[in-house]
Amino acid sequence: MSELNNRVVEKYRNNFLKEVEANVEEGDWVKMCMQCGVCAGSCPLGDAWEHTPQKLFMMIRAGKRDEVLSSDAMWMCTSCYNCIVRCPRELPITHIMHGLAHYAARLGLSPKNQPTQKFAQLFWDNLTKTGRVNELKLGLNLYFMNGFSEGVKKSLEMRSIGQGMFFAKRLNPMEILGGHGVKDQAGFHAMLDKAREIEDAKLDKFGK
Amino acid sequence: MAKKEYSFYPGCSSQKGASSINYLISTNSMCEELDIQLNHIPDWNCCAASIGYAGGGELPRLALSARNIALSEQAHPDQDIVATCAACWLATKETKERLDESADLMAETNQALSAAGLEIKNNKEVRHMAEVLIEDFGYEALGAKVKKPLEGIKIAGYVGCQTNRPFGIDGESYENPMYLDKLVETLGADPVKNYDKKVQCCGGALAFSEPEKSQDMIKDIIGAAYDGGADMIVTPCPVCQMNVEVYQDQINEKYGTKFNIPVVYYSTLMSVAYGRNAKDSALNGQIIKAKQLEAIANK
Amino acid sequence: MAVQKDIGAYICSGCGLGDRLDCDQLEKVAKSDGRAKLTRQHEFLCSKAGVEMIQADIDAGDVSHIVLGACSRRAKTDAFNFENVVMTRTNLREGVIWVRPDTDEARESTQEMADDYIRMGCAEVKYQDLPAPSQEQGLNRNMLVVGGGITGMTSAIEAAKAGYNVGLVEKAGHLGGTAAALYKRVPERAPYSLPVDNGVDSLATQIQGNPRITVYLNSTVTKTSGAPGRFSVDISTESGDTTTENFGAIVQSSGFEPYDMSQLTEFSPESPDVVDQLGLEALAKEANGGAIKRPSDAKAVESVLFVQCAGQRSEKEGHLSYCSGHCCATSIKQAMYFKQANPDTDTVVMYTDLRTPGAGGEDFYRSAQKQGVIFTKGEVSEVTPGDTGPLVKFNDLILDENVEQNFDLVVLATGMLPNSGVNIDAPAPAEGEEVTETPVSILNLDYRQGKDIPQLVHGFTDSHFICFPYETRRTGIYTAGPVRRPMDIKQAMDDATGAAMKAIQAIENSSKGLAAHPRSGDLSFPSFRKEGCTQCKRCTVECPFGAINEDERGFPQYNEGRCRRCGTCMGACPVRVISFANYSVDSVGQQIKAVDMPDEFEEKPRLLALACENDAYPAMDMAAMNKVEYSAYVRAIPVRCLGSVNTIWITDALNSGYDGIMLLGCQKGENYQCHFVKGSEIAHIRMSKIDDTLSQLQLEKERVGTHEVAITDVERIPQIINEMAETVQKIGMSPFKF
Ligand code: SF4
Ligand code: SF4
Ligand code: SF4
Repeated sequence: MSELNNRVVEKYRNNFLKEVEANVEEGDWVKMCMQCGVCAGSCPLGDAWEHTPQKLFMMIRAGKRDEVLSSDAMWMCTSCYNCIVRCPRELPITHIMHGLAHYAARLGLSPKNQPTQKFAQLFWDNLTKTGRVNELKLGLNLYFMNGFSEGVKKSLEMRSIGQGMFFAKRLNPMEILGGHGVKDQAGFHAMLDKAREIEDAKLDKFGK
Repeated sequence: MAKKEYSFYPGCSSQKGASSINYLISTNSMCEELDIQLNHIPDWNCCAASIGYAGGGELPRLALSARNIALSEQAHPDQDIVATCAACWLATKETKERLDESADLMAETNQALSAAGLEIKNNKEVRHMAEVLIEDFGYEALGAKVKKPLEGIKIAGYVGCQTNRPFGIDGESYENPMYLDKLVETLGADPVKNYDKKVQCCGGALAFSEPEKSQDMIKDIIGAAYDGGADMIVTPCPVCQMNVEVYQDQINEKYGTKFNIPVVYYSTLMSVAYGRNAKDSALNGQIIKAKQLEAIANK
Repeated sequence: MAVQKDIGAYICSGCGLGDRLDCDQLEKVAKSDGRAKLTRQHEFLCSKAGVEMIQADIDAGDVSHIVLGACSRRAKTDAFNFENVVMTRTNLREGVIWVRPDTDEARESTQEMADDYIRMGCAEVKYQDLPAPSQEQGLNRNMLVVGGGITGMTSAIEAAKAGYNVGLVEKAGHLGGTAAALYKRVPERAPYSLPVDNGVDSLATQIQGNPRITVYLNSTVTKTSGAPGRFSVDISTESGDTTTENFGAIVQSSGFEPYDMSQLTEFSPESPDVVDQLGLEALAKEANGGAIKRPSDAKAVESVLFVQCAGQRSEKEGHLSYCSGHCCATSIKQAMYFKQANPDTDTVVMYTDLRTPGAGGEDFYRSAQKQGVIFTKGEVSEVTPGDTGPLVKFNDLILDENVEQNFDLVVLATGMLPNSGVNIDAPAPAEGEEVTETPVSILNLDYRQGKDIPQLVHGFTDSHFICFPYETRRTGIYTAGPVRRPMDIKQAMDDATGAAMKAIQAIENSSKGLAAHPRSGDLSFPSFRKEGCTQCKRCTVECPFGAINEDERGFPQYNEGRCRRCGTCMGACPVRVISFANYSVDSVGQQIKAVDMPDEFEEKPRLLALACENDAYPAMDMAAMNKVEYSAYVRAIPVRCLGSVNTIWITDALNSGYDGIMLLGCQKGENYQCHFVKGSEIAHIRMSKIDDTLSQLQLEKERVGTHEVAITDVERIPQIINEMAETVQKIGMSPFKF
């Protein structure tokens, strides 16, 4: 667990709801949930969730910090927005799920080897490198994210798909050499660095 | 009708050699027929889709889309931003709305943008291509351009998630949007009625990280299309298109199904119906060939 | 009946009647069988010309009793509105041509139907007289309000605003009732965001400054006698001084008693830090906006738990089975007291179903959430006095786990019990049974039927929940507020206004000798022939409204002002001495007999439908409008209430050869729909004994059916009729056709 986490724990003690309100994207909506369960029933991967969004909100109110942040529940969100459009209280549930996942990852509490987390991180790293996604590298990284031998197996499994994409001119092996990217690399990175700096400062402020 | 111009955000998957380059090619053909000029936003960057959240926090993600909006404001001040990718549209539109709602976020975002020498005013509409077709043209005008009606083809309109929620097309319901069906009809084809997996999630990015769970859902999406007697599936979203098309072999292997159904974009259908050839309609981009469309295109 | 009766029959040939029916034949029937002195036809009877034609005959003194053969009595009531003449309307349009197919085969049976209805109309009118106002007219226009809480104060103010003088009786030494004990109340106007002033002072000031309102504090009602327009009421103070006042109508707003929380032993009610909602109000009043302190050690409360539905909505012994309606919003309000004083207070509302009725309920709930009140779906199983404060054991219903948690204070949301006085229908205590407490009467009615207003369930006073919520079963006396059903302040104030309005209606109508409601404006009233009366008391007992007292010799004593004109007494009377000027055993009985009865071998059965005029009969009209057809063998007679059906009608009908009889009335029982509360129920009881008559006559039981129907049964009633026709076909014709 990170040093940041220790600081946050210190600050909020047993008020996890307050912590979420202050630090998680759209977190101040959590208290508005009326526990109707519509989101839980609307989630496409609902059965795969350790805790449904409804439950997560209740756990936050009940102060179950460790259970929430170390859960892999919110990593199951496919961003389908079904819950958002159906929630009678109009909670931005999808965003809260993303926010919780990000916050957990940030504090180093998210479960180890969570595949979606790994992919989401890979995706982010891939896109921030050049400003645009390089699908080939993303795919290869994905297959190798669990180590070399796993990766070779995965690559073989996915070979037919790769071939199909290649013949349909929808996968270009030359991308490995660099591929697309924004021209203003310097500006692009400066912008992202700045954004991250502002956000870190905010969390630091709340965390201290 | 005068030429219509839009500030176009193609997105990563429409780049050359990327997974939905066929979407871009067919869109270009469709736009030529409709006298639409798409002005690409210069030096656009990735929107981070909805999966970038693990690495990117709120502000860095907003900054990405804000940069695109700012660039569009500079280059095409009077044009709406139009995207073809559902995720691009959603991320950009969401950013616009979030910045509208919060003066603090707006200020912070501009602070970040200034590091790249940019500034966002945030006074643009962010629209999906489907919206442009329906709202700026309308079914009647779209139908008037049809040269080769897609007669005898039964098509399941798979709307999916992000073109539908949380924004969707004005006047359509989230649970049963009808615009793809109406479009299919407009082009002379036959929509599958009561396609009950029309707005079912395909797993999105989780098709990579949680393949079993996603393929289980994709199986139902395709199965329901077959149940409705569909010859092919049409979609407005590159993630939907990719997920529903490319895993059919794996699904067949796992579930013993015999899926082999083409999945096309609405732009593919329109390009063919508007009389463009197979190449212009990017029919070679189909991994599962859309033979009926090829036949019409080659006529 | 000595008065000369000149019957005029008017047949309309408009609305298709002329095409479908032989109107000349109808005129002939009216003349020959109906003994009409005069008959006329018009092709548009409800037109100006048609109406003038009738009026001319009336003005010329040619007719005193008229029969219209046209549309339903429910249609064109504005056009056919004649004074000083007895009128009956036979239903040839909705009752005949609209429910029959327009075919050649059907023509004959359709005409027979119409002929019979003309015969029936003429027979009915022959036995009707013009009703004259009752001699028993009360003229007192003052209103009594019993109970000086928010409800009573509102009723008094509203009545005074409408120009009536009010006597307001309150047993305590000040006005305000329960509301006066509240620190603040739930808002009833947008924005529904924060508690507002309890409102008692402003109402009390309005009352003090109002010359129309006389307040009697520390007083109770020790005797109420009379009827609408002439109630005589004894008002007594604690010290025993009594004044007698007269009133025209009464509003009873006696409110509720809080449930006794000491019964909830599992929640440690004896612990000082476990309070009910009123207990919390007292603490909040004391704090007056500052930190609320817990009773045990005066420590400022840092964490508080609200337990919803404490002893409510539960079938456990000693618990209330119903929802008191206001307590969720009340807890939300009380949680805000804490948040307003100190936003860091942990406030948890524990509920299984949060219910916030009313326009602003949901907004108020949301407002509490915004303020940081935590709502947890859970069930509290036990509260024990912990070391640092009450220890609460609960099951978190979302997280599905048992939790123990300490709070500084626990508030139990207990329910309300109506303060409705004596339950006059309670069975008398069995021999030797110990009577623990005798409830104190509120009104001390000097009625034969008992001291207080009849109750329906859980002790709340009985009223027609859907149609006439304020109208108790004692005419001229209206209950409002939580004595009638559980409710919050906003609802009680609406209730108070409604009840005041009904009380005014009773005052005004009774001063003219008219029925108050639901037959508002009816001039007829029941009278009885003393000579025939056997003092059996059935009328007194069965009258749902306690209208009939008894004199010393056991003869019924009618109080017309209390009467609703339902005719239940008329249906009850075994010697048939009770009647109304325009509604009597004869006015219906003669219709039954007037029907032309084909002999057994013609295979034309005759079915009788006695249909409640409030629901069943309109439903049949609506069936007609919807083109639902039914058997041509039926002859329908509207009755005021199924309760007015005297079994002699059934016996007579069977004896004169009817093949099947249907009684169509409203739903009875706890969720009754009957306009006269008990009428349908009583009819069902009476009809359950008709089997004897049938077996005496050696007739099949299936020939008589009693049905509960609703005004929406547009398809079902025709179905009941058709099924009866099929039954008759199966079991054969009645042999009693002479
Ligand atoms: S957006 Fe995420 S949390 Fe909401 S229903 Fe879809 S997958 Fe579930
Ligand atoms: S749908 Fe909305 S209100 Fe209902 S449980 Fe989910 S988040 Fe809460
Ligand atoms: S039974 Fe009906 S008609 Fe008879 S006295 Fe009572 S209220 Fe009046």
